[in-house]
Amino acid sequence: MKNPDQNPLSRRDAMKWLAGTAAAGSVPPAMGAPGETEPAPPALPLRHPVYDPDFTKPAVFPWEKQFTEEELRTTAALADLILPKDDQGPSASEAGVPAFVNEWCSAPYEENREAGEIVRGGLAWLNTESFRRFEKRFDELAPAEQTAIVDSICDEATAPPDLKIGARFFKRFRQLCLGGYYTNSSTWKGLGYVGNVPIAGPYPGPPPELIERLGLQGVV
Amino acid sequence: MPILTDRKTGAAYDAIVVGSGAGGGMAALILALNGAKVLLIEAGRNYDPVAETPMFHTPEQAPLRGERTPDRFFGHYDANIGGWQVAGEPYTNKPGTEGNFWWWRARMLGGRTNHWGRISLRFGPHDFRCASRDGLGVDWPLSYEEMHPWYDRVEKLIGVYGENDGIENAPDSSPGILQPPPKPRIGELMARKAGKKLGVPIVAAHRAVLSQPLDGARLARELFPGNARAQEIMARDMSLRAPCFWATPCVRGCSIRANFQSTTVLLPAALATGNLDVITDAMVREVVMGKDGRATGVHYIDKPTRRDRLAKAKVVILAASSCETSRILLNSKSMDRAGLANSSGQVGRNLMDSVGTSLGAHIPALEDLPPYNEDGAGGLHVYAPWWLVRDHEKLGFPRGYHVEMGGGRQMPSVKSFGILDSKAPGIYGSRLKEEARRYFGASFSFSGRGEMVPNKDCYCELDPNVVDQWGIPVLRFHWKWSDHEIRQAQHMQNTFAELLTAMGGKAAPKSGREAIQRPGEIIHEVGTARMGAKPTDSVTNAYGQTWDVKNLFLMDGAVLPSNPDKNPTLTILALAWRGTEWLMEEMKKGTI
Repeated sequence: MKNPDQNPLSRRDAMKWLAGTAAAGSVPPAMGAPGETEPAPPALPLRHPVYDPDFTKPAVFPWEKQFTEEELRTTAALADLILPKDDQGPSASEAGVPAFVNEWCSAPYEENREAGEIVRGGLAWLNTESFRRFEKRFDELAPAEQTAIVDSICDEATAPPDLKIGARFFKRFRQLCLGGYYTNSSTWKGLGYVGNVPIAGPYPGPPPELIERLGLQGVV
Repeated sequence: MPILTDRKTGAAYDAIVVGSGAGGGMAALILALNGAKVLLIEAGRNYDPVAETPMFHTPEQAPLRGERTPDRFFGHYDANIGGWQVAGEPYTNKPGTEGNFWWWRARMLGGRTNHWGRISLRFGPHDFRCASRDGLGVDWPLSYEEMHPWYDRVEKLIGVYGENDGIENAPDSSPGILQPPPKPRIGELMARKAGKKLGVPIVAAHRAVLSQPLDGARLARELFPGNARAQEIMARDMSLRAPCFWATPCVRGCSIRANFQSTTVLLPAALATGNLDVITDAMVREVVMGKDGRATGVHYIDKPTRRDRLAKAKVVILAASSCETSRILLNSKSMDRAGLANSSGQVGRNLMDSVGTSLGAHIPALEDLPPYNEDGAGGLHVYAPWWLVRDHEKLGFPRGYHVEMGGGRQMPSVKSFGILDSKAPGIYGSRLKEEARRYFGASFSFSGRGEMVPNKDCYCELDPNVVDQWGIPVLRFHWKWSDHEIRQAQHMQNTFAELLTAMGGKAAPKSGREAIQRPGEIIHEVGTARMGAKPTDSVTNAYGQTWDVKNLFLMDGAVLPSNPDKNPTLTILALAWRGTEWLMEEMKKGTI
């Protein structure tokens, strides 16, 4: 858990978002709290999209996404190689992974800023590596060319020294792709997550054959 | 159901209740059911779980897929407004503190009952006489035997699943009160098997979640004998609550009212009496005193207008959460500079949280299992009550802990697949999906919740230099763990590593000092205005009545003289009910 003492959302950010909600209703003028140079957040009953999201409406995504079109294309090409469409489920792009990576890397928290530096730097590195080898951007490469590059950076342990930076980027990027992919409910069937559905009556518990397989009959 | 009354206040009330969580909600309900006119004042906004709870919402509908952030500590869908930081409401830590205290605040109707873990454990007979057993801290001014019927009553009212296991200091409920617990999940069964080997009893958890419908008519008759109106209201309201449908985490709140929240169980019925007015967005600053030494009401800031207001009543009940209640007392300086009801000097003292540590591991036997629905009751189905009650001299630390646990295939989160960095490096494409499926949920973790001993270094007081955005002086905290807690944390780690190893995992225990979580992080902060047998060393009597001001009561975690290894909410509810009944008797007698 990050230290909550370090609140990365400045009051100025908060004011900016709230300005967006102001059009919908009347906003009392913000008053300065003692000892503050920036205005304090306005008094309730204003709803704040981060601290107090309104779950009855579509979510507000309060921070600006930073990726360029080109970064997004590179992200999609690499993400779809990592998690392609197959009989187990949709492609990364179909599951919204590029947009998620962009959102994750654009958020104002320390963890996200750090991810953003690694990922955006890595995407640029990947395009340079593609240019060096094939004189094209990564997303313009033929599948075999893309695979050749990815094979050389997919494992940090075996990547040659001059590609270590690419390998470290790939590891972080793959992890983000997994996180974004499997938090999209369209992938759950393929993953084997079968919850988030109501069940009438008592909770059924694990199937008896599973209990038996793991030798747990004695503790049911 | 409209949960809020008009933004109006009457000229005078029988009672003002400050805070609408477990203690305040209970006090308001019992008073209102008995015909008292009550004004409930809540610092946060109105909140209606029936309309607002994000049931079945999926991660892709949320910013950052609902992941935890420093602004949403338990994720986007957490039913909490506020947290360890509240915009415009700072707190400070005193120079010399060992680690900053994290103070959790909920700023919403129902307070933190909307998001809590629903773990409902009775304090045991030893807990009420802790000082007599080991010479540390203080005894309670009441015994388990006196509390037993109140625990029964609360469990009947709110609905708790669990089983009676006859374990020392983990009391049984009276027969027929607990609802049947849900079956354990596969990882929980593995933990139970491992526990058997190690002598750790892993039994049904006790949680305030309905596993079957409540028989409202019968329960209301038993709970409110001789009060026809209360029976009618409660019978109807209790029967309207649906049992759990085994989906969506309890931390989001519950729109079908299957689990206990003040806003789903206490306040709707209290409002149905017509005896309760509720105002929200009203930040109480102090208790107002009359010349005769009696409280006449409270002074609050009406947040939407930023105006100072007064509300008057015959009795004032503070249940604003432990530290906030003490803050109000310390800011009420009508009587003396040390704050109201503080002739003992104990207000702000004896601040306690639970000792928390956790340890998890990959469990190979959980890999690649055939899918089945493991959502269950949106929280744990089993737990381990403290099992070494008689071994403390040997153990080298005086108080116990209980063990919570979890794992398996819960709704995926952004960080569910970190394990693939080490288990499946270099893999991408369709094979990566196979690996994800293999390792999804194949891990398990244990968390301890231990009792700390109150000590002179853990307290809160007013910061002389800082006010919040409402102009109210803020709290500053001071903290220091003693060796008791560090040694207990170490024991937790050793136990968890043994359990995980017995389950087939690999886990190395951390040192106690390294593993212990931050003060305030477990959000079981209690104490700061303890009850006791004498006015010289306590703030209230055993009913929450302050020794110094006869018509001022405290009915939240502030009054707890110790913080046993059982989550405090059930006890706060029981104490509030018991205190409110006594208060009404005394009012009838004319002594208040």
